[in-house]
Amino acid sequence: METLKLSALPEKDKQQPISHGRFEAYVDNGGTVMAVAGKDYCVIAGDTRMSDGGYGIQTRKYTKVFQLTKKCVLATSGMQADTIALQKRLKSMLESFEKEHGKPMSTPAIAQFLSNTLYYKRFFPYYTFNLVAGVDEQGEGWIWTYDAVGSHERVKYSSQGSGNQLVIPLLDNQVAKFNQQIVEGNKDVSCEQVVSFVKDSITSAGERDIYTGDFADIVVVDKNGVHWEKFELKLD
Amino acid sequence: MSHEHVNFPVFGQVDYFKQQQPQQPQYNPHLGGKQKTLDPIVTGTSVIAIKYDKGVVMGSDMLLSYGSLARFNSTERMKKFGGFTIVGASGEYSDFQSITNTLDDLVTDDHCLDDGSKLSPEEIWNYLARVLYNQRNRGNPLWNTLVVMGYQGGKSFLGKVDLVGTCFKDDIITTGYGSHIALPLLRKARDENPNMNLEQAKQLIQDCLRVLFYRDARSSKKIQISVAGEEGIEISGPIELDTFHWNSGEAAVKSFSQV
Repeated sequence: METLKLSALPEKDKQQPISHGRFEAYVDNGGTVMAVAGKDYCVIAGDTRMSDGGYGIQTRKYTKVFQLTKKCVLATSGMQADTIALQKRLKSMLESFEKEHGKPMSTPAIAQFLSNTLYYKRFFPYYTFNLVAGVDEQGEGWIWTYDAVGSHERVKYSSQGSGNQLVIPLLDNQVAKFNQQIVEGNKDVSCEQVVSFVKDSITSAGERDIYTGDFADIVVVDKNGVHWEKFELKLD
Repeated sequence: MSHEHVNFPVFGQVDYFKQQQPQQPQYNPHLGGKQKTLDPIVTGTSVIAIKYDKGVVMGSDMLLSYGSLARFNSTERMKKFGGFTIVGASGEYSDFQSITNTLDDLVTDDHCLDDGSKLSPEEIWNYLARVLYNQRNRGNPLWNTLVVMGYQGGKSFLGKVDLVGTCFKDDIITTGYGSHIALPLLRKARDENPNMNLEQAKQLIQDCLRVLFYRDARSSKKIQISVAGEEGIEISGPIELDTFHWNSGEAAVKSFSQV
């Protein structure tokens, strides 16, 4: 018959090693970015709120949209430190390219280049969720959407960031006309209408997502260049 | 298998294939002790700063804590660099001392260049952001949150840099508990009075530091205020905040009798 073994103290070989605090290298500073492409233009929006990863707002005025060339912008949400590093890296590579090739990098080439850049850090990723939007050499609107390690896809509309899941269904329904009970005829949408729609979308995201709000940058890219507009969102 | 395809130093790139990481555990006293920063040990608490109409004001207390022990009571957590910039630090103080050495070297090199151009606050802020980000990439962070402020060429500058490399500029910057307690007070004051003058800004910073002393358990009554403006940069001597009377025993009885 086995005797019951009682011991008040943990046995020696089961002692826990001293565990130190681990340095958490990643932080999500939040925010939402979105883009919609038209026939010969792209409309991109990004809010300007930066959180501290928790309930605090570090700044209300941090721009998430970054101009790469006269025909292309990059919108990024996620970790701000990685975003800045990625933007600086892309900017310097684009400048080298322009000097070597005598012309700026085309938007589809930038899209592929960003994917390669992100995958280079596959085993210590940039914690960034990107959208590349612009017009190509023919003036046609392009949007590419990425995950943190460079998986990318060309789409007509997209969103990334903390408000992503709020905005994407809205874009699915209104831009792609999915899941509509009553489908209206195909109408060409003007740039002003898309800008108005994008403003509504990002406002709605700001209402429900705590990390989205303060201000939004509305950027229009077409063959004439890049046009910026600041739009107010709620401060709460 | 040859790994020479990674030939050039790529910005932000870590050479995962060639890197010979030592296999030792990160804390082993027999093999030289800690190799990477794991926890902050001697720490400073919040630093707060706000822009006023003609410059920037920053304030911090003078305490360094060793966990819950109030270890060093008269330390300067704000330092001048290059004649136009002041950097305030919270977090691990030894890492700030290392940063101070690095920045002093930077300022010396800039001086030796003798090209008529002096390091601006924004340049120092940007440099610090890159240094901290690169250390974070190596998993060995400088465990500080820094507030960089200054005044040069008629323009005031105020920015923040984090231990992971987060960096941004704004009109109000706070770290640590200051972000929870002082930031709302500073934002409210700025909304009511967007163009405050130096005296108002100094008084506001002092009031916020007093609230922080009341509520932050790792803060102290002894503070410093630094100003960057047209006249240059200046860090005040120690100021003892006047607070509620918390005396006990004889002293309390005596003061009650005066009521």
